[in-house]
Amino acid sequence: MTILTVPTVDLAVDQQPRRNFARDVRIVMARELKPVLRDPFSLLFGMIQPLVFLGLFGPLLSGSMGGSLGGNVWQWFVPAILVMTTLFGTSTTGANLLFEFQTGAHERMLVTPLSRSSLLIGRALKEMVPLFGQAIIVIAVMTPFAFDLHVGGALVGLALLAVFGVGLGSFSYALAIAVRKQDWMFWMVQQTFLFPLMILSGMLLPLESGPGWMKVAAKFNPLSYVVDAERTLFSGDVFSSPVLWGGIAAVVTAVLGLTVGIRAMLRSAD
Amino acid sequence: MISTRELTKDFVVSRTETVHAVRGISLDVEPGELVAVLGPNGAGKTTTLRMLTTLITPTAGTATVAGYDVTEHPSQVRRRIGYVGQGNGAGHNQRAGDELIGQGVIYGLDRRAARRRTAELLDALELTELARRKVSELSGGQRRRLDVAMGLVHAPSLLFLDEPSTGLDPQNRANLWDHILRMREQYAMTIVLTTHYLDEADSMAERVVVVDNGQVIADDTAEALKTKLAGDRLALTVAPSNLSRLAELAGKLPGAKEVVAVGDEVSVRVADGPAALPELITAAQQNGVPVAAAQVHRPTLDDVFLNLTGRSLREDNSNGKAAA
Repeated sequence: MTILTVPTVDLAVDQQPRRNFARDVRIVMARELKPVLRDPFSLLFGMIQPLVFLGLFGPLLSGSMGGSLGGNVWQWFVPAILVMTTLFGTSTTGANLLFEFQTGAHERMLVTPLSRSSLLIGRALKEMVPLFGQAIIVIAVMTPFAFDLHVGGALVGLALLAVFGVGLGSFSYALAIAVRKQDWMFWMVQQTFLFPLMILSGMLLPLESGPGWMKVAAKFNPLSYVVDAERTLFSGDVFSSPVLWGGIAAVVTAVLGLTVGIRAMLRSAD
Repeated sequence: MISTRELTKDFVVSRTETVHAVRGISLDVEPGELVAVLGPNGAGKTTTLRMLTTLITPTAGTATVAGYDVTEHPSQVRRRIGYVGQGNGAGHNQRAGDELIGQGVIYGLDRRAARRRTAELLDALELTELARRKVSELSGGQRRRLDVAMGLVHAPSLLFLDEPSTGLDPQNRANLWDHILRMREQYAMTIVLTTHYLDEADSMAERVVVVDNGQVIADDTAEALKTKLAGDRLALTVAPSNLSRLAELAGKLPGAKEVVAVGDEVSVRVADGPAALPELITAAQQNGVPVAAAQVHRPTLDDVFLNLTGRSLREDNSNGKAAA
């Protein structure tokens, strides 16, 4: 039988520090990152995934579209890959929360003094860390080949993606909370939104060659503004109207996503 | 420590259907008590616990937990209580030790203190070797001990346990309870738990609150509930020729109920079996009825529930809806 240690930590409630929102967000974010950092293999595979897509899709694009894109295919495609990585990474992240609903970990966190909004924001911000890692790898691998790196534009581009990603991640969490009692719905809804958003953003193939209605539909797709902005930024042009529109699209997505997400989180125990 | 008045929770399922999960529960728990909330599935146990732990807001009524109103000051309540839910508090993708340290940091410890606290709890709950193991790789019993450790990181003065031992085999249940009771002694904790295990409520809790259909239908020590609401059953074996004579004598015992005489056995329900048995045997001998064998059957909490509701707790699992 183990001999019990005498508690050496005095946890009188009055000594607990005042709640600090930034601290709560950091705690949630650090917790979410732990399994990623603890598992180097999954980290490695996650990091090289965009490269696989780039390596397999890029040459096809180059072969069939090389002429019509006017110039360097990679300059056109690398920013899009970064947006795609953000899109896939953040739109699926609700599944992690869904899993923690099922196991009970989320419920435990709801009973702790962590603020409800930090539970959402910390989770959404966490997705940005692997994203930045992936972006750096993609850029590092592509730059020696045919990609012209403009550091200033790339940094603004990543910041823009982070804002957009937080918004999309929040929507994903809100979806997870909404469907937590029929969890299979999560993937159905996520897929239903993901592919139209992706195709109607001109991310993988230019919409210029598509029918008129697609171009009109793209005008209502916030993602297409983000894709345009990223392409402009990665070509080194920071102060331009596509960047402004992309910024607006990202901020609107983030504000809406956080609003919906935090509202969902507040009711997530019901 | 806890005081509720007419605590009520309705769930609106659809426009035409509202489930009245909890219908006006008033309950007071004093510091240091160990209270088991016992009832069939769907009785409202978990819903009550979720209101007391600020997870859901009451539809009506009030609840003060650890000195604060659950609706007005939920964050004050959250700082002061520990909670072990039906699921696993520790994330399945995480390492056991990481989750404990993280839980300490959440409650305001710095990393060094959180680490020290984690080491203490891992040791106390016999989990030290598993600190670096992923939670999903732990056995059910180990995971449940980890859940309890998670609930104790901040040494709360009030601990809620929602069906702590469901799904564990008897050995793991006994082991978990050893740990819980030792922790309770060490921290002078008040413990409120829900259970549908009769024997668990019976042997562990000092006070049993029987809940059915969203209401408290009985509230006392297990002993008092059994004595008052069920009573002991005496069973005496005699020669068949003396059967009716003995049954008559049994019926004269103070508070005798349910006298049954079949074959060579007379049984009778009385309030205090150990006192009534010698009395009945003496009376039988004085009346020339030799008693061959005698037994006192102590009632179970299931007898209590049966007497209160006309239903058995054991049978209820089939038709009861899942706990909300």
